[in-house]
Amino acid sequence: MSLTRKDVEAIAHLARLAITEEEASLYADSLSRILHLVEQLNAADVSTTEPMAHPLAGLVQRLRADEVTATDQHEKFQLNAGKVSSGLYLVPKVIE
Amino acid sequence: MNMQSDAMSWETVIGLEIHAQLATRTKIFSGSSTAFGAAPNTQANLVDLGYPGVLPVLNQNAVKMAVKFGLAVGAKVAQRSVFARKNYFYPDLPKGYQISQYELPIVEHGKMDIVLEDGSTKTIRITRAHLEEDAGKSLHEDFQGYTGIDLNRAGTPLIEIVSEPDMRSAKEAVAYMKKIHTLVRYLEICDGNMQEGSFRCDANVSVRKAGAEKFGTRCEIKNLNSFRFIEKAINYEVARQIELIEGGGTVQQQTRLFDPDKGETRALRSKEEANDYRYFPDPDLLPVVLDDAFISDIRATLPELPDEKAHRLVREFDLSPYDAGVLTASRELAEYYDKTVSIVVGGDRKSNAKAVANTVTNILTFSLNKENLDITESKVTPEQLAGLQSRINDSTISGKLAKEVFEVMWAEGGSADAIIESKGLKQITDTGAIEKVIDDIIAANPKQLADYRSGKDKLFAFFVGQVMKQTAGKANPAQVNELLKSKLAG
Repeated sequence: MSLTRKDVEAIAHLARLAITEEEASLYADSLSRILHLVEQLNAADVSTTEPMAHPLAGLVQRLRADEVTATDQHEKFQLNAGKVSSGLYLVPKVIE
Repeated sequence: MNMQSDAMSWETVIGLEIHAQLATRTKIFSGSSTAFGAAPNTQANLVDLGYPGVLPVLNQNAVKMAVKFGLAVGAKVAQRSVFARKNYFYPDLPKGYQISQYELPIVEHGKMDIVLEDGSTKTIRITRAHLEEDAGKSLHEDFQGYTGIDLNRAGTPLIEIVSEPDMRSAKEAVAYMKKIHTLVRYLEICDGNMQEGSFRCDANVSVRKAGAEKFGTRCEIKNLNSFRFIEKAINYEVARQIELIEGGGTVQQQTRLFDPDKGETRALRSKEEANDYRYFPDPDLLPVVLDDAFISDIRATLPELPDEKAHRLVREFDLSPYDAGVLTASRELAEYYDKTVSIVVGGDRKSNAKAVANTVTNILTFSLNKENLDITESKVTPEQLAGLQSRINDSTISGKLAKEVFEVMWAEGGSADAIIESKGLKQITDTGAIEKVIDDIIAANPKQLADYRSGKDKLFAFFVGQVMKQTAGKANPAQVNELLKSKLAG
């Protein structure tokens, strides 16, 4: 399977990446080569293999007690924000 | 009418995705509080904000609550479930993905029965219920060209309950939603507050020609947060799709929003490529593995469920299925009823259960509705109501006067005893006193007496009425009947 430039542009849009036309061609080629590699993996017979959700086989999720441990540090966090007003993060208007 | 017959030839198909916020103290993957109403962003820590390098750790109560729900709807609880990332961009989702479950949800294959308008029961299949995190809130007003983001809600645990497309009308959808709403509150896993968004749903709606096997193209109506809106939105959407198809058009699969002010749905900006969520297992979280003991411990904590309770009320106390349904429609009402019955003095359990059911479903419900109050705001407490029933049981007052006592209780407060005393409503059980009233009435009505004795049996009711009138309804009805019968016979 190969990716076209159009595919790459769609993926870039989903990932919110700005890419130039030259880059789109470049990525179409290099991403296609990755897909070819995956195709080789696909050729392996895994019909008897249980799919893994995680590489750490045999380990399971630890559960946390339902107790409040976090404190309010929003003033500190908001020093990183571009724009803030009355405790809210401000972002360019999102219109639905 | 032509329109009517056209509408009749269409069948509506509805599936619901209900989001219920779990009533945990903290978020699903962080130790931030989930308390409602805090100042913006004061309950969002580094994990909720999606800072690099942080790791989510799963809240055990969120897991327990999801399992509890699964058991209550007779579903299969997965001993192994997996969290996945659902990727999309929106400012109220700081990580750029929502942690959800995709291929291996924690709950699968449940069901919920609803009662249709004709009284019959229909089973709605629940495809799955999965754990996921809520997003933050976007505030679009007041920021001149900007959107304000409050991330206090980000990371609040949700279960998304997905039904099969089994509902065939807006009314069925509402009935199903109400049953789930009642259930999550019985289970104490969600506060059910729809106004605050703790319980909301998306409705997938399509239409097809009656008898057709293939489903029509569906539209998804997002974020419905009141039972009234769900019904209105679905009915609008069904009419819109039928009109569209009959006008020669086709329904486009799209996401729509309901505008309660206009009573209509409208399309969200079409973003078909955005539907590619690129789910994959979240490498930050290991598979959730639950052993039999974990699940059976939770099963042991299940309360009596609303349907079970309703069936028991019918079976044990001969209540009508309708009354049993009303009494178990909310946990608070069921508790009010149970408490009242348990503290009534005198009478046997069955007759008390029936009598209190009658009072609650008729008189009390009427008073609550009239003033638009919830059962938790009732002006008459279970103690007061039980006191009233106890006075009926020991014949202090007649059943007829109970309503009068109740009304005073509702309006002015006070115990049944105090009201009976101050209003002079005590039942007359003194045989001599009743006999005297009867004698006077017989003497004053010689013509009716003669007619009765010549065979006009119906006049018996006339004499009972006169006695009750003279005693302001306070004479014991059984004694009046007995005494009148012997005296009229002469």
